[in-house]
Amino acid sequence: MDASLYAVTPLNLLGALLLVLGAAFLLLGGLGLVRMPDVFNRIQAGTKATTLGTLLSLAGMGCLRPDWGLKLLLIGLFILFTNPLSSQVLARAAHRVGLKKSPLTQVDRLAEDTGEAP
Amino acid sequence: MLPLFSILLILWLMLNASLAPDVLILGLVTALVIAGLFRGSLSPLTEFKATPAALRAAPLYLLYFLKELVRSNLRLANVVLSPSLPLNPGIVKVRTRLTSRMGRLLLASSITLTPGTLTVALQGEWLYVHWVRVDHDDIDGATASIVAGFERYLEVMYG
Amino acid sequence: MVEFLLALAAGLAGAAFLLALWRFFQGPTAADRVVAFDVLTIIAITGILLTALVAGRGIYLDVALIYALLSFLGVIVVARYLEGGL
Repeated sequence: MDASLYAVTPLNLLGALLLVLGAAFLLLGGLGLVRMPDVFNRIQAGTKATTLGTLLSLAGMGCLRPDWGLKLLLIGLFILFTNPLSSQVLARAAHRVGLKKSPLTQVDRLAEDTGEAP
Repeated sequence: MLPLFSILLILWLMLNASLAPDVLILGLVTALVIAGLFRGSLSPLTEFKATPAALRAAPLYLLYFLKELVRSNLRLANVVLSPSLPLNPGIVKVRTRLTSRMGRLLLASSITLTPGTLTVALQGEWLYVHWVRVDHDDIDGATASIVAGFERYLEVMYG
Repeated sequence: MVEFLLALAAGLAGAAFLLALWRFFQGPTAADRVVAFDVLTIIAITGILLTALVAGRGIYLDVALIYALLSFLGVIVVARYLEGGL
């Protein structure tokens, strides 16, 4: 238990607010994951919202515990570089195995160029 | 090999948050071995042009990227929270002027995190991008609205 | 005040976790489950960090870092497997 964490100072309040904001974006990601109609749109919702949500949470924790700043920055950088990559690899795999796209889909240039059925 | 070595060493020192001799020596040796084993792989400093213009462009790129990340999340919230779920998705084809591998990789990753777009495949100078709301399905129109913003900075940084 | 905000953040992250878990069990395709898994692990990282904060133990930060590393690797490997490239 860390008592200084709960002291009401401007920096602590800012940190806690950033944490709440970050968690709200995580919730947005979860909601997108449930509501989006096909796997590509789900990846979009998942990756964007969780990246910003995690970065905001990390910033908030940096305000609450400035002594952890370096390691939090490291985690943030790691998330920033790996999150889009795993989404891209997953999207490519989903497209290659020909997963069903939402009927709303307008065009698919990739399928046209690789000669798959759209 | 040097770019990967420096990145690894910087990460190691950040992780340990100390410059004690034993930490430093262990980090130097490990970074050297890993950089030697993975000679062909990419790191954020690979192909980075260390010109004054590139060093100026790097923080601007980061700021622009963060701005776009926030904008993309607000747009996503707009879509997800509206009951009708206004979608108009599709996969469009865009072209990049970047020639370096790292530049293209960063471009693809940036596109994934910005408003409504997700890179699905990267083939040479062509990128296939999933777009939540297709505004232009021709190559030039899509390139102008998806790629141009980041390319401005990445061209100076990596070429 | 700070305590309340931290609890609120934990609650929101927990709700996000449940939504992602629903997608994980619902599927319908393997790719959907992997997307859900990816989101679950990232939410879990925030969970681990909140735990570190409240418990006041810096060592949990390393746990979060390794967790992030392994989840990234896991998603890449499964995606490669789905592609047939493994």
